[in-house]
Amino acid sequence: MTFTTESMVASRPRRKPAGKPLAGSSWTLAIAVAIAALTLTPLGFVFWATVATGWETASQLIFRSRVGDLLFNTVALIVFTVPVATVLATALAWLTERTDLPGAKLWAWLAIVPLAIPAFVQSYAWIGMWPRLNGLGAGVAISVVTYFPFVYLPVSAALRLIDPALEDQAASLGLSPAAVMRRVVLPQLRLSLCGGALLISLHLLSEYGLYAMIRFDTFTTAILDQFQSTYNGVAAHMLALVLVACCFVLIGVDAAVRGRRRYARLGSGVARHPVRASLGVWRYPCLLLPVVTTAVSLGVPVLTLGRWLIAGGADIWQFSEIGLALSQTLTICVIGGVATAAAAVPIAWLSVRRPTRSSRFLEGCYYLASSMPGVVVALALVTISIRVMLPLYQTVATIVIAYVIMFLPRALVSLRASIAQVPAELEQAAESLGRSPARALWSTTVRLAAPGAASAMALSSLGIMNELTATQMLAPNGTRTLAMAFWALTSEIDYAGAAPYALLMILFSLPLTLLLHHQSKKIAGR
Amino acid sequence: MKILSALSAGASLAVSLLALSMPANAQVADSLTIYNAQHEGLTKEWVEAFKEETGIVITVRNGSDLEMANQIVQEGANSPADLFLTENSPAMALVDGKGLFEPVDKATLDLVPEQFRPANGHWTGIAARSTVFAYDKTKLTEDKLPKSMLDLAKPEWKGRWAASPSGADFQAIVGAFLQLKGEPETAAWLKGMKENFTAVRGNSTAMKAVNAGQFEGALIYHYYYFGDQAKTGENSKNVALHYFKNQDPGAFVSISGGGILASSKHKEQAQAFLKWLAGKGGQKILRDGTSFEYAVGKDEASNKALVPIADLQAPKVEPSSLNNAKVTDMMTAAGIL
Repeated sequence: MTFTTESMVASRPRRKPAGKPLAGSSWTLAIAVAIAALTLTPLGFVFWATVATGWETASQLIFRSRVGDLLFNTVALIVFTVPVATVLATALAWLTERTDLPGAKLWAWLAIVPLAIPAFVQSYAWIGMWPRLNGLGAGVAISVVTYFPFVYLPVSAALRLIDPALEDQAASLGLSPAAVMRRVVLPQLRLSLCGGALLISLHLLSEYGLYAMIRFDTFTTAILDQFQSTYNGVAAHMLALVLVACCFVLIGVDAAVRGRRRYARLGSGVARHPVRASLGVWRYPCLLLPVVTTAVSLGVPVLTLGRWLIAGGADIWQFSEIGLALSQTLTICVIGGVATAAAAVPIAWLSVRRPTRSSRFLEGCYYLASSMPGVVVALALVTISIRVMLPLYQTVATIVIAYVIMFLPRALVSLRASIAQVPAELEQAAESLGRSPARALWSTTVRLAAPGAASAMALSSLGIMNELTATQMLAPNGTRTLAMAFWALTSEIDYAGAAPYALLMILFSLPLTLLLHHQSKKIAGR
Repeated sequence: MKILSALSAGASLAVSLLALSMPANAQVADSLTIYNAQHEGLTKEWVEAFKEETGIVITVRNGSDLEMANQIVQEGANSPADLFLTENSPAMALVDGKGLFEPVDKATLDLVPEQFRPANGHWTGIAARSTVFAYDKTKLTEDKLPKSMLDLAKPEWKGRWAASPSGADFQAIVGAFLQLKGEPETAAWLKGMKENFTAVRGNSTAMKAVNAGQFEGALIYHYYYFGDQAKTGENSKNVALHYFKNQDPGAFVSISGGGILASSKHKEQAQAFLKWLAGKGGQKILRDGTSFEYAVGKDEASNKALVPIADLQAPKVEPSSLNNAKVTDMMTAAGIL
């Protein structure tokens, strides 16, 4: 009796749980909405600041030639960097995933390692090697080398998942390999390419250290310059408004390009593994691409850091200072990582167990909020905490809130994937055995999703460790994280002294990058 | 078991909430908080020497002049700062203009000559620096140098010099120019500057660029050259300093200020620290240390390597009237900021 009903349940498609929904779901929704409201405060602040300034002053500050220059720089940067990075990353991904390139696994790993090097350290390494580097060309080159892994990761994951049957059918219908690539493979990569390109663009808008070092002015560098001159002046808010508008434009463009077409596999059985194409005589010439990319993205930082460390000798290793900076950084990373993962739990649970319009809308809010540059978030929180919530001013709480706003989507992606792997039936079974809804959730889903929660914390911590602008603006008195110490030393052109901090940042980011590599293999394509 | 786990959860929640609401370094009873806009290294030397002498622990928050001045103004009476140390005077004038300083003890004021402090005694000078034109001596000879700071806005200097306009240092120089020459001439000079100069971030970067041959000269302060020469000299071996003299705006001597906040809860210790700074202890560090800024104390000599301050022929500028808001507006209007 029991086994027939069980087998019938297993073969039926999953349907909504019968009976009353879990008592926690309305609470969860309320908490998720509260967190969404919190993450949208920077946006609200920018709009409020514009309204409060009045249209006359605002238009004077927005429509001037300097803003035109900044806009030109920013647009040029995005227009040149994104296509180059995308093409490079796609080529690399194809070579490592779909061909018999020698050492493909090694090159796949090496293509992701640049994520462990913060953007400002990459820039520091390049001007260490070529001190005269400045302007748009340098900005594009360093940005490509720093950010191409953001496209490489989703594209390589997608290439792993694509069913080769489609390509075989296209070939059997007479298409050449190039046409197969153009008409069958690339359209299926559209989502990953769009996602990666959007991510790169948003990072380009919010990056400060990289461009400050090579004398290339963008909105973020100008906002920080204004901040240093006027602390919370109106001009800074207006620049932030233009920056936010640029973010909206990018998100809109991405949404438009994505389209509504989705690719799904119908039918029974599983996709077979794609066969690696044979490169034949092109085997070793193609090796040139990953070798050159690695040499430029990893070789330059390693060489420059090594040179500065050797030139500095033992003097630069001030252990008391470095130790203090390290302990402060690790503390703030742990607290921030835990807070971000915890804040992501309600929406992750909702989007898996109760995927309704409201949960999708809430998710959209989180992504929108996190696309705001760190400097805008910090500016908003400084103003709000000084005027409205004084007890929070200059405390650890404010900076943790900033990190939650900026890194929540990273935690969300891991958490959601791991919660999705836990079937709802387990929770129901636990409930039916007599536990309260909360205890049922705890003893089943939470326990099984723990690895995902751990990776969510790790990924947020990676972001927090390399974060510079918001930390500088919000950190409590006496705080000096690795990134802040590095930046202070390079501002005084004490490049040798800054090298130990750069080394530590990279060393602590490497395990987290390894985790990301491992994670991307598991969550591929989502 | 359930009660124990609930209790422990509650306890950890309470502890974490408490930890979150505390600043990173809890204030000890006998300690001071300084909002420091001076160079980190110099203030560190001061703070450590003071701690050795008196045992008072000081927490330092580092930032730049105007950022911190505006921050103090916004914090108002709730500011956790006891002292404010700057590199230039406009920031002090900004805070003083809002009435946030506590008058300095007469004993401290007597340690500093009149030209290095404002008339109202709300703050005092603690160090000074001279404006210079740092030039590439392989490219420019004495006769080709600009005679006055006003020359730099002329068409013949297009694309030949650099400065760091986002820094408070340069804005102080423009502030002095404004006080000496008035608004219309300053606006014209800024317009010429926008045509001619290249912006860099930081005076050290400017000097390094001049040394590398990227620019013929940079309008910065004097101590960067001496500081680098005392180290390896790799960023200044091709650089020489040109002092404008003749009471030119380019000979402006900027005063680094120190003031006590009226909202401070440790006024006595703050006054003691300021007295020490303006007196033998603090000025000795300026003379013997590696900062190479000018000492301002009465009868306190500056570092031997420097040109004596009396020989600089600096123009007379009232430090308390340097109007930075106007300077920032004018620079924004000229498209520089």
